Amino acid sequence: MPLPAVVQVENLSRFYQNHPAIKNLSFSLNAGEVLGFLGPNGAGKSTTMQILTGNLAPSEGQVTINGFDIIESPREAKRQMGYLPEHPPVYREASVDEYLKYCAQLRGINKQSMRKAIDESKQQCGLTDVGQRLIGNLSKGYQQRVGIAQTIIHNPSVIVLDEPTVGLDPIQMRDIRRLIKTLGQDHSVILSTHILSEVQATCDRVQIIQQGELIYHSSIEALNLSQVPSFTIGLNQPPTIEQLKQLDRVTRVDAIDEHHFKLFFDGESPAQAIVEQSVQQQWELFELIPDQRSLEDLFIELTQDENSDGASVDAEEAGV
Amino acid sequence: MILTIAKREISTLFLSPLAWIVLAVVQVLLGYMFLTQIDNFFLLQPQLLQLDNIPGVTDIVIAPLFSLAAIILLMIMPLITMRSIAEEKRNKTLTLLISSPISMTEIVLGKFLGLFFFVFILVSVLMLMPLSLFIGTAIDVGKLLSIYISMLLLLSSFAAIGLYLSSLTENQTIAAVGTFGALLMLWIIDWIGEALPGNQDVVSYLSLLQHHQTMLEGVFNTADVAYYLIFITVFLVLTIRQLDRERLL
Repeated sequence: MPLPAVVQVENLSRFYQNHPAIKNLSFSLNAGEVLGFLGPNGAGKSTTMQILTGNLAPSEGQVTINGFDIIESPREAKRQMGYLPEHPPVYREASVDEYLKYCAQLRGINKQSMRKAIDESKQQCGLTDVGQRLIGNLSKGYQQRVGIAQTIIHNPSVIVLDEPTVGLDPIQMRDIRRLIKTLGQDHSVILSTHILSEVQATCDRVQIIQQGELIYHSSIEALNLSQVPSFTIGLNQPPTIEQLKQLDRVTRVDAIDEHHFKLFFDGESPAQAIVEQSVQQQWELFELIPDQRSLEDLFIELTQDENSDGASVDAEEAGV
Repeated sequence: MILTIAKREISTLFLSPLAWIVLAVVQVLLGYMFLTQIDNFFLLQPQLLQLDNIPGVTDIVIAPLFSLAAIILLMIMPLITMRSIAEEKRNKTLTLLISSPISMTEIVLGKFLGLFFFVFILVSVLMLMPLSLFIGTAIDVGKLLSIYISMLLLLSSFAAIGLYLSSLTENQTIAAVGTFGALLMLWIIDWIGEALPGNQDVVSYLSLLQHHQTMLEGVFNTADVAYYLIFITVFLVLTIRQLDRERLL
């Protein structure tokens, strides 16, 4: 059953002077979905996020949040939305509690539910212990969490996060990603990033944007299924490349280094045959990895493909 | 919503030492001035007695005091207003306000109300000096009230223009210098008016301090009050338009 779209973006364009930042963008976000918005720097991700949240007016096109147009009825639309911009909008001289209280008031939360709203968002973002501390004295990771706490304090249906893990160390990154995943259970999330593993780790669906145009969109599952017909194998006593080529169904062999080879095959996987041969001929197989097409490969493939001229590829229809 | 933003504005002002130092410096300067004026009054007293229409202590001590206060504050108000919006822009916290369910008008009014509250504290504290004269003498309460209202309106006009210039830039210094320049211009425009034959009235009418002067003399004219209110409204509307316009750029 198709769920109703929470965010609906239609033919969105935005020009800076005459230079187009985004061109004719259309997409939708369904309830309870985490959508990854992926693109190289300067592709128009932040511009899109700013338009979605009403910080920037679109040149053309329409954005509706839960049926409310962001231009026509900004108040209702913004009430449904939490936004974490690239730089967390925190007051360094305020304590976490003061800041969150201010945010709650701005979002029109009444006095009775204020305490509860603040406590819940603090708890969800792991800020319970730092409530009294000044935001300016917190680490970047914690400041980012405060930024996220601010987005969920009024329990919005959509959360827009613009590059939430930039400038964090790997452990903080992992924590923030885990947090985003939990947020995805109760809210719809749009996550903009240029880090591919982040999308793979957190998102249900991915959209790639380049030079202001959507060039790919697909669910993460569909992406993970797209295995490439190749293996990487490691052999301690490798035979010649010619010998490897004689294996069943193997079409091409590339030597990576002395002990590692890339085997391309046609049809069914020749893994069994490789192992058997290795034992018989004492090649001393120590590694056999089926290659997966990573998002990175796809990303590079798409963003470097000049011939496609940015034509929108619907991956699901194209049968990837 | 407006009150929430105003409260935030006030607490930011008083969390930094700036507001306290401004209050202290202004108080010390005017306190010294106040004492000199009282000394002058004692010196002048024998001569004053010979006049027909004797000017009271309100005219000799208090009016000049607040005339000077206006000029001192003309230089100091830009320092208070400069950070109002410029700082939010630089720290990217304006996004927080814009993505919240509040309109630009509410944001600007909230900011202005915060500044007005500071002005209110500042003028009220200054007013304690003339009020202390009640211990020794009678004071023209009507004139004092006129001066009080005039100070509030004048400083609110300073705040409105400061707010507008703060919305034009991310740089606080530029906002302060711009505000100072604009205020100075509106002060000295009075002199230019005097130098011009014919058009004197029109040009002088634009001067902020001209209206202040008449109210200090105790002439509470609706036209002067209207002038200040229109002045404030114009700059608040300009600020709102400026912030709205930035979304289109």
